[in-house]
Amino acid sequence: MSSFPAVLRSEWTKIRTVASTTWTLVAALVVTVGVSAGLCAVFNATFNDMPKEQQVTFDPTLASFAGMTLGQLAMIVFGVLVVGTEYSSGMIRTSLAAVPRRGSFLAGKLIVATGLALVVGLVTSFLSFFLGQAILGDRSIGIDEPNVLRAVIGAGLYMAMIALFSMGVATILRSSMLSLGILMPFFFLVSTILGAVSATRKVAQYFPDQAGSKIMQVVPGAMDSGEAPYGPWGGFGIMALWVLAAVLGGYLVLRKRDA
Amino acid sequence: MIELEGLTKRFGAKTAVDHLSFQVRPGVVTGFLGPNGAGKSTTMRMMLDLDNPTSGTVRIDGKHYRDLPEPLKHIGALLDAKAMNGGRSAYNNLLCLAQSNRIPERRVAEVLDLVGLTPVAKKKSKGFSLGMGQRLGIASALLGDPEILMFDEPVNGLDPEGILWIRNLMKGLAAEGRTIFVSSHLMSEMALTADHLIVIGQGKLLADMSMADFIHENSRSYVRLRSPQQERLKDVLHEAGIDAISVPATGALEIDGVAAERLGELAAQHQIVLHELSPQRASLEEAFMRMTADSVEYHAHAPGAPGLPAGPGAADNPVRPADVPAWGAGYEATRKGGE
Repeated sequence: MSSFPAVLRSEWTKIRTVASTTWTLVAALVVTVGVSAGLCAVFNATFNDMPKEQQVTFDPTLASFAGMTLGQLAMIVFGVLVVGTEYSSGMIRTSLAAVPRRGSFLAGKLIVATGLALVVGLVTSFLSFFLGQAILGDRSIGIDEPNVLRAVIGAGLYMAMIALFSMGVATILRSSMLSLGILMPFFFLVSTILGAVSATRKVAQYFPDQAGSKIMQVVPGAMDSGEAPYGPWGGFGIMALWVLAAVLGGYLVLRKRDA
Repeated sequence: MIELEGLTKRFGAKTAVDHLSFQVRPGVVTGFLGPNGAGKSTTMRMMLDLDNPTSGTVRIDGKHYRDLPEPLKHIGALLDAKAMNGGRSAYNNLLCLAQSNRIPERRVAEVLDLVGLTPVAKKKSKGFSLGMGQRLGIASALLGDPEILMFDEPVNGLDPEGILWIRNLMKGLAAEGRTIFVSSHLMSEMALTADHLIVIGQGKLLADMSMADFIHENSRSYVRLRSPQQERLKDVLHEAGIDAISVPATGALEIDGVAAERLGELAAQHQIVLHELSPQRASLEEAFMRMTADSVEYHAHAPGAPGLPAGPGAADNPVRPADVPAWGAGYEATRKGGE
């Protein structure tokens, strides 16, 4: 029953006074924008060597977010550390003594951190888009074309959701190391590999990142992504369900377990 | 005022806290004493609603901790000196806590000054020594200017100057009418700070009495006599109406409540050679160890022995083993007499 704005202020102070916030968010932005720009340059240079069907389905919007596969890892670290350092430092006991309502505490923390991740995500997605289009030159697309703005804003939302999912997982596991040890290989290897093999794609397309990333796509089936049984918002909805499950799980663990 | 009622915590098969019921009253320093593993920290964590009790309740000023709107203004606690984020400065660590309970920011500087950490306020707290960490924890406890303060082993890691400082701080806070609850495993430390004592062993309440009563009942003084003519000495003492306890281990006699001078004169009158005539005083530390060792023994050898109170009533009537050693028997007798 602590006043909720007070909890939000406190969580904002927490997040802005640790060094990890700055470096993880800067890394998410720089890596996404930088790698996307680099890949756009590569696409541009090798466009004529691409297989025919890839040329036809080339999606300049999605191409300008190609670096997000790497950049999202920094977002995962951000999300994990926001929650995990409470546990690794022992601060969680002090925090819960100050804000004993578990729901208020968790909501305050997740709202502040997700809000910040969303701002950084949107800055990243717009920068990434415009820089990518500038590099793609003749093959670029304008932001006023159908569905493009949705994809650019969607890319920012995707980054915020990845961060929130990581926060949920870290609240369940109550450890930064364990959470990173599971999330990093999952998003960087497992999901990518299973999504690339046609036999396992049917399952992998329901993973949070694979489903969620559909929102950044303008041309269906671009970049060998195959046909999905859901649209961009449907995919984002699937991701949202994963996030909801992680956050709910985290809340239940926080409520049940001793701090 | 803190009230515990039938507070119980089980971890699997192990009962860490067993039907604890007691009150912590304002205006005095209440010492919470028990050997390591007695359940002190678990009890304190349940008081702050960090651990969920298996059964029983804790009320802070009549309310459950979770229902306190801004808990730091009611109760401040030092549980663990390291319970801060080391990557954050001392000032910012306190600022987050202050903001969450709508405590004005100037209070942060005030408490840092109070604990003497102003010069390092902007430093990251991970570089702090144990003593500095302890001071930061105390600063966080004082942040909301609460009526109730709880300290778990506050003198751990402090140098003598720091120990003296915290001792005076606690006494000063109690003198202002606040409720002070402080845990320790050192009786000697408690004897210097606490006005009231709550002793637990194996999660059970062993004593809930004033420090003065505890000293009165437990600091048994006696005279130790050793003589090559022990049998004759015993007879003489018996004739004089003095009870002597034989201690086979040392071959000495122990006499309660009779001055050493009187015993020396008595021996001289009967021309008995004495090898030792020495007044002894059992320390409070010994009394405490004896008290808690009993509880350990009781649990180790007689689990669920019939005839001993168990269940909710047990907390109100501290369980004492039926078969206590000679020294403990004396304690038990005085204790019963005092009730």
